[in-house]
Amino acid sequence: MAPGELLTGTEGGALLAAAVLLPFVGMLAGLLLGGRWLPRVAFVLMPLGLGVALAIASARADADGPLVYLLGGWSPPLGIALRADGAAVAMLLAVAGVVCGIGAFARGDFGLAPGAGESRGAFAYWLLLLAVWGALNLVFVSGDLFTLYVALELLTFAGVPLVCLAGSGETLRAALRYILFALCGSVLYLLGAVLLYGGYGTLDMPLLAGALQPEPIAYAALALMTAGLFAKTALFPLHLWLPPAHGGAPAAASAVLSALVIKGSWFLVLRLWLDVMPGVANAAAAQLPAALGAAAIVTGSVVALRQQRLKLLVAYSTVAQIGYLFLLFPLAFDAAGDMTLREVATSAGVLQAIAHATAKAGMFMAAGLVYAALGHDRIDDLAGAAKALPVAVAAFLVGGLALMGAVPSGAYLAKKLLLGSAATSGQWWWTWVLQGGAAFTAGYVVLVALRVFRRPPAPLADLKPVSALSQWAALGLAVASLLLSLAAVWGPLPPDLLAKAFSLEELAMLPVLFGAGALLVAALARSPLTGSSGGAARPGFAGLGTAFEAGDRLVRQWAPAMLALLLVAGTCGWLLARG
Amino acid sequence: MTIETLFALTACALVGIGLYGLIAQPHPLRKLVAFNIMGSGVFVLFGALAKRGAAAGLPADPVPQALLITAIVVAFAATAVTVALLVRLIEATDSASLADAPPRE
Repeated sequence: MAPGELLTGTEGGALLAAAVLLPFVGMLAGLLLGGRWLPRVAFVLMPLGLGVALAIASARADADGPLVYLLGGWSPPLGIALRADGAAVAMLLAVAGVVCGIGAFARGDFGLAPGAGESRGAFAYWLLLLAVWGALNLVFVSGDLFTLYVALELLTFAGVPLVCLAGSGETLRAALRYILFALCGSVLYLLGAVLLYGGYGTLDMPLLAGALQPEPIAYAALALMTAGLFAKTALFPLHLWLPPAHGGAPAAASAVLSALVIKGSWFLVLRLWLDVMPGVANAAAAQLPAALGAAAIVTGSVVALRQQRLKLLVAYSTVAQIGYLFLLFPLAFDAAGDMTLREVATSAGVLQAIAHATAKAGMFMAAGLVYAALGHDRIDDLAGAAKALPVAVAAFLVGGLALMGAVPSGAYLAKKLLLGSAATSGQWWWTWVLQGGAAFTAGYVVLVALRVFRRPPAPLADLKPVSALSQWAALGLAVASLLLSLAAVWGPLPPDLLAKAFSLEELAMLPVLFGAGALLVAALARSPLTGSSGGAARPGFAGLGTAFEAGDRLVRQWAPAMLALLLVAGTCGWLLARG
Repeated sequence: MTIETLFALTACALVGIGLYGLIAQPHPLRKLVAFNIMGSGVFVLFGALAKRGAAAGLPADPVPQALLITAIVVAFAATAVTVALLVRLIEATDSASLADAPPRE
């Protein structure tokens, strides 16, 4: 768009405003009507919101370009535009779907039993679920960097109380760490946005994309904003807040936090690097997010393998999967260092994000159901769980399988796209990280599978009943992740991507990954097969695992994490300036 | 020294003090105050940029002021939420420490 030219709204643009408003209207209505009505309001809004997301998708399919809505009819740079391109529409749809799934699950924990009184936890949960949904929709459709700042803050304010719904000291501490560290991230982001406004006089993304020059102010702004968003996404080594927050929250809240909340700030990094600043970013600097991602995959996975509680295992697997989401950045650049593979990288990133959102929500729900039924989630004592809770355990394993990239999951297609980009751009080292990450994921699937299918030493007594709807909601989300690439090629992606998906070569990948995963478990897990320690036979590897745990503990302390935040910002700026 | 340079230097000093506090102060309330100091630095910088008048032909650019007031409200809300959490934490544990509780085996 040329400077000075005024933007006009497109047909269907008002739907974008509706997608943002609907959850917030529901939230306010629920606040007025009180706790007895709030779950009902939420259950009416969920299908409505899904309907709006579908309507946006169909309007986008009919339009030639992104959908645009001008708030109050004012065009940027003075006004604020809401925009939805393909990536935003995909995320809107996915989030609506996942919110519906989580809502169905949460009926078991926070639904209103007939005759029961209002509970504060349930009231807060439904309000916050709607708030997270509205804030995320705003992140996806915002067209300018300041609205995005406000949207991200809304998302944080909605996410933090979800951590401490239980109100125990431990969860309150986790929530406080989360909000303080997220605030550091937001200040850095805001500083970057202020610098951009000072340099170019606008914060509208397409206008900025046209005006940005590769010069120090743009480098500084991009570096500060990137580091701030890494802190909010909990990319290693800035993940100090994530494991206690996601591991300590109730399962229905962990699913929201892990599947949805972190995707908001990640999506903004994607927007910044690939849409707003393609003229400023360069291939050398783009290695940084992916290098941190690779470190996240290794550390997160090794520490996940050494956890003793299922929910913490899933939380550390999120640390690793966040790393996976950042591998796309160098792969947007071709061998000559130009950003020609942008579209592929965006598709792969969005696919991976949706695959993780659906699968991880299912896995956290499954872990929560296991906890609710058995009264504990100690990984070593899970024997018999598969027989007691077949649907929930299936949800966990199917979710793990989907994250490993089994055909035809979303992660499979994302990995395939990125492997293709790695090959064309000659960045062979990322091929290793992509395959290795899948093997690590296989590792913790194997670790859990080895236990849940064992016969328990004594028959499991006093199993608490869990809601069937909750179990099926978890399985539904996991299966959605496993079938995601079918939906992707049915929708916007070319169908020939899946042409060879069911060939022997691709299917043979799965046993190879499982084998590698089993080796990793044998080498690194605390007690590979049983509850007894097998450490004596493998002193070297056990030492390696302990070393990773010690490293993780070190960077999860406040001062090292803050210094790492500054170091990431500095390194990013230096790499950008050096070109 | 022009007034803009003075503003910019003040902003730098505030951001620096805030960053130092965020890294070095162990008490959450002090961290929160440090966050507010750092935020004030960013706001001062934004105000100075408005004086520069990025939009042509005006004595001062009004847009940063509109954004600034929003950012201040956001920072205020963040501070309120954090203080509320801190009060609850102290009520629940009689301590304001952010350090991990000893791991339960």
